[in-house]
Parts: sequence; structure tokens; C-alpha cells
Amino acid sequence: MSVKRDSLSLSFAVGVYGAAFGAASVAAHFSVLQTCAISLLTFSGASQFAAVGVVGAGGGALSAIATGALLGTRNGLYAVRMAPLLRVKGFKRIVAAQVTIDESTGIALAQKNEDEARIGFWWTGFGVFIFWNLFTLLGALSAGLLKDPAAYGLDALVPAAFVGLVWPRLSGRKSYVLAALAFICALSLAPFVPAGVPIISTSLLAIVVGWRQ
Amino acid sequence: MNIFWITALGTSGACFIFKYLGHSVPESWLAHPRVQRINLLIPVALLSALVAIQSFTDKTKLVVDHRMAGVSFAIAAFIAKLPFPVAVFGAALVSAIIYRIH
Repeated sequence: MSVKRDSLSLSFAVGVYGAAFGAASVAAHFSVLQTCAISLLTFSGASQFAAVGVVGAGGGALSAIATGALLGTRNGLYAVRMAPLLRVKGFKRIVAAQVTIDESTGIALAQKNEDEARIGFWWTGFGVFIFWNLFTLLGALSAGLLKDPAAYGLDALVPAAFVGLVWPRLSGRKSYVLAALAFICALSLAPFVPAGVPIISTSLLAIVVGWRQ
Repeated sequence: MNIFWITALGTSGACFIFKYLGHSVPESWLAHPRVQRINLLIPVALLSALVAIQSFTDKTKLVVDHRMAGVSFAIAAFIAKLPFPVAVFGAALVSAIIYRIH
């Protein structure tokens, strides 16, 4: 069935990014064990990169968690879309919740009927989970071997990953204006407030820009 | 518990709560167009801020260094529609070359 093939090829392609996360997390001084725990338990790419990014830039745990959490809110909205389709309870709901991410929701919504949508959701959810965690471990172990991460470009890998994460979300004038404002606002605040605060504070810009249609 | 474990477990817990609540609340609760709009824009703001901070600051100082070369490569790669791993690891390579030349 083509939905399974699509799910697996997407899972592998996305899972490879896990290596970038593993490397970025170790470069931000998280241990290999902590890095793997984040991929297993958080399992949401942007939130993971953000949390380790904030700590790597000298921010506190609270702003790291808040930034990661705010980037995770969209999974909640995906879950609202997926719940009537999956209709799961108890332990299955916990599992479904954990694998409710961009890719599993995206594949499910792209299917023509409900059966294929469910197959797409579960295959992509589990597929990304397996490959993401596997590549996280590989990336973390490889980066752990390096003494000076900057000499291998790991300090540029993180912002480059953020460019890649924001890129597909830029569509329409509002999003470009907001991206530019957030960029300028974060750099303007950086010298004056504790690390982490410049990032989380730009969520207010998103609320202002998104308030009116 | 150090800052790394607190961040790892705190972020995980917070992210899971959103995922689980979404499976448990009635669909109408979050159907408001304003909620949907802001939800789409929050990642744009946070990720753009992260690009800025990770590229141009060192602790609380503003700096321009080898990382800018790497990030510029990544932007060019995404404009050219290259795959994510090519863009990201390419950016690391470019940044590493500039770092070593200096």
C-alpha cells in the first residue's frame, strides 16, 4: 500500500535530522544520555532544538522549557484534529499523543479515506520515532568525540537547523514581517536581559501580529 | 538534578501535556480562528529569534563571526531547495572552514 511506503520514506528522511539534534545537544553540553532522553520523551524537533539552544546560549532552565513548550503547542492542535479520527483511550491515547507531530498529522491529513489516514498516522508516527531516536544517538555519539565543537562547525549547525525549521512556515506577508521583527527584537534585547528572555519574549510579537486577520 | 536534566524532563513533560490535552478536549475548544492564527505564528517568531541569537550573540554580546558564513550557506541552500541535512551539515562545514582559517 502506497501510504505505508510514503510513511516510511518520510520517516527515514525526517529521522536523519535526529543526527543534527544529537550533535547540537551535545555541543550545548548535554550528555549523550540526556540527549537521548530528550528525543525519546519530548519527541518534537523544534521544541528539542529550542530547549538545548536556549541552554547552549546561556539561558536558564525555565526559559528553555517555556520556549520548548511554546513550540510544542501546535502538536496539541494537531491532536485535536487527529482525536476524532483515532478515537483511542487509555494507554493507546498516551502512545497516540506522543507520536502526534508535524509529520504523522501531515500524512494522515493527506489521505483520501479514514482507514488510510489512520495507517498513515501510526506508520509515520512510529517510523519517525524509531529513526529520530536512532539518529539522535548516532549524532550525539559522533559529536561527543569532538573536543572543540566550533572547529567542526557544530555551533553553526544549530542556527542553520532553525533556518530550516522556520523556512517552510514562511508564507504570506504577515509571517515575513513577523520573522523580521522577531529577529531584530531578539538581537536588540540580547545585551540587556538574561539569556533566553529575548527568544521567549518574541511570542508576544506573534500574538500581536496574529490578533487581527 | 542539574539544569540539563531539568530542561530535558521539563520540556518533555510540557510538550507531552499539550499533545495529550489535544487528544482529550472537544474539538470546538480550539477552533477559534484567532487561536489557529496565533498558533501558526508563534513558531515563526520563536524560530526566527533563535536564528538571530544563535548566529549573532556570544553570551550577551552581539558578535559577527564564522557562524554567519555557515548560516548564510544554509539560507542559500534552502533557497536552492536542497534537502535539510545537506543544508545543515553544509553550514557546519562552511563555518568550520572559516573558523580554522582564522
